[in-house]
This record gives sequence, C-alpha cells and structure tokens, in this order.
Amino acid sequence: MIERGHHDMGGMSAGKVEPVEHDYEEWERRVDALMVLLSGIRGGPKRMTVDELRKNIESLPPDAYEKMTYYERWVTSITQTMIQRGLITTDELGRKMQEVKNRETDGAA
Amino acid sequence: MKQTAQPSFRPGDRVAVRKAWPLGHIRTPHYIRGQVGSIERVCGSFPVPEELAQQRNGLPAQPLYRVRFLQRDVWPDYQGGANDALEVEIFQHWLDPA
Amino acid sequence: MNEDNGRYQPLSYFQLMEISLRELLVEKGVLTDEQVRATVDDMRSRGAERGASVVARAWTDPQFKARLLADGTKACQELGLDVPALRLIAVDNTPAVHNVIVCTLCSCYPRMLLGLPPEWYKSRPYRSRAVREPRAVLAEFGLAIPDHVQVRVHDSTADMRYIVLPMRPGGTEGWSEERLAGIVTRDCMIGVAVPKAA
Repeated sequence: MIERGHHDMGGMSAGKVEPVEHDYEEWERRVDALMVLLSGIRGGPKRMTVDELRKNIESLPPDAYEKMTYYERWVTSITQTMIQRGLITTDELGRKMQEVKNRETDGAA
Repeated sequence: MKQTAQPSFRPGDRVAVRKAWPLGHIRTPHYIRGQVGSIERVCGSFPVPEELAQQRNGLPAQPLYRVRFLQRDVWPDYQGGANDALEVEIFQHWLDPA
Repeated sequence: MNEDNGRYQPLSYFQLMEISLRELLVEKGVLTDEQVRATVDDMRSRGAERGASVVARAWTDPQFKARLLADGTKACQELGLDVPALRLIAVDNTPAVHNVIVCTLCSCYPRMLLGLPPEWYKSRPYRSRAVREPRAVLAEFGLAIPDHVQVRVHDSTADMRYIVLPMRPGGTEGWSEERLAGIVTRDCMIGVAVPKAA
C-alpha cells in the first residue's frame, strides 16, 4: 500500500492529456517566489531545499494530493518545512492566520 | 573525509537498478526498479536527495548517471518502436553491475 | 477579501496560509516584501524566449551546437543568459531520433530558460503516460512520429534539466537568429511539438 508513493506515477494508467494552460493567480506567483527565495537559488541564505519541498508534498494523503492544486500543495509543503525547521511555529501560524482572517472580515464590514 | 564517492560506472556499462522499496524521499522511480539498462553518461556527483529531504547535507556526494533503457524491456506491452528508449537519472547507490 | 480576480470572495484556506507565512517570514527578517515582488516580476517576465534563443544559435552555429550538446549550462552562460542553479542537458532531435521530456515524480523543468511549466506538464496523465506510451501522448498533441524514428523519453528525476533541440525546419534558409527564435515554441523544447516555418 505504501511501497509506491502516490506521487510516483510513471507508467500508471490515466486519461488523455488535456493541453490546459493556466493563468497563474498572484498568490500562486508569490508561493513560487517564496520557494525561489527560501531555497537560496538567487544567492540568499538557503532556508530549505527543494528536496524538503518534494518530501512534504509526497507526504500528503493521496486524496489531498489529487484534490489540491499545484500551488496549494506547494504552500502547504513550504509551510510544513518552515515549521519543521523551526523558522515558524504552529502557534505563530495559527495566530497569524486568525489575525489575517479577522483583518479580512473587518475590511468587509 | 572524502566528500565525494568515485564513479563506479562508465558510459556503456550495463547496470541493474536495485529492487528495493524503502521508506523516505526517493528519486528512483518505482517503474524502473529492477530494470537493466546501460550508462549513457556520468552527470557528475551530487548530494543525495534522500538525505537532503531530511535536513541532512547529503554528503558524500554520489555520482549521478543517465541510464538508457529500451522501452520494450521496461513495459511488456510497449506499443512503439523496437528501439524506443527511456533515459532516467539514477544515483550510483541505486545501481549494481548487470 | 480576495481581490485577485476582480471578484470578492473570501480567502481560501491556502491563500490565508500564503499571506500568513509570508507575513511571518517578513516579520522575522527571513525575507522582505520587496524581494518577493522582485522575484514574482522576474518569473513573470520569463517566457520561452531564452530557450528559443539557445536553439536559434545552435541552428546557425554548428560549433555552438556542439558545445551546447556537450555542456548545456556553459553554453547558456556563453550567451550571457541568467540561469541560476540550472544544470542543463540539451537533447538533439535528428531524422532518426525524437526526444521528449517529462518529470514523472513531480514537475522538474528548466524554468530559468522556459518560464513556468504548463499545467499539462504537471498533470497526472502526462506524468504517468509519457514514459509508457510516448507515441500515443505525442499523437494527442497532434504529433505523429514515424515508426522508423526512435522516440527517446527523458525522465527528469534528479539534478539535471532538459531542453529538446528541435530540428530546423526547411524553408528557413537565410533567416536571422531572431526570426528563427520566433518559431521555436515552448512545446518544441519539451518535445511535444516541432517548429514550423510558416
């Protein structure tokens, strides 16, 4: 059941390739930028590796992997990595997400 | 301490991909394990992704090869040219002489 | 509020996560908003032009082509291209061989040369079928490879990145490099299309 990672899909059956193009949303571009910056490609300090990005994506439950979009998987994985490395804590993240949500709701008031 | 393993294989050598299914982050695809091919080129030596994924430095760097396989060897039901090929980057520690 | 697409929608869980992660990292001095903006703009500006310029040079300069095939990264640097962290292998299409690139395990792609990969390249159908039935996949892209031509699939599993060097089509004699680069599309450099002179 777990010998083959869900991501390790070479050779499996699948439907037709839909030649879909994707207009990236700004938040997705920012996630991509976070990865470029945190992996130190541009010369800054290396805060994480692409290998950790991949590992944390591969650890997603199969149905989550399928349902999540590409950058939803990326932002989840980057965030997990930051928690694993101790650059942020779960508590900090939870409080910040609450704060951002409240800010959004206040903005709508 | 030596930080790089020496290449064991050269272009043209026949190699077999190890049949192992350990846990962790692995860049040797499931479909190629146990297959036999030949070294197409030595790509250089790189830190091991399995270790980098675990926040370790992946040293000593391992030689990375491009290995060429015949599609008809890899897939029993392959529909295509008899000489169609599949080339995969595989780290030395996943290869045995064939 | 989600104003990104002009409609007011609550932020999704993941959009909330992105904002929160970024704000925390900025607060902690790990990065700055300006760095994020500059990086977004840089990636946005990257289409397939850098890759096309490499192909066009290879078509017009046989010695450059030989150097490109021997060491892809050095050849890009020779052209003054900004390709940080790229370890490039260029694979040559010939009358006997057609190459196609895939990353079955995730979505590895020569981003610095071609920009962000198309959605289909990252999709399950492409990643799972390109290694096993490349000719059927190419046919779905409208590309029929004759039986006598070897199809070679490259699975980008580790540190190297790939571009396909397509064959220069007939009817382009005397064209400038710029004009030649104009017919080299992203899909030609992945290997699911071939350039057309028209």
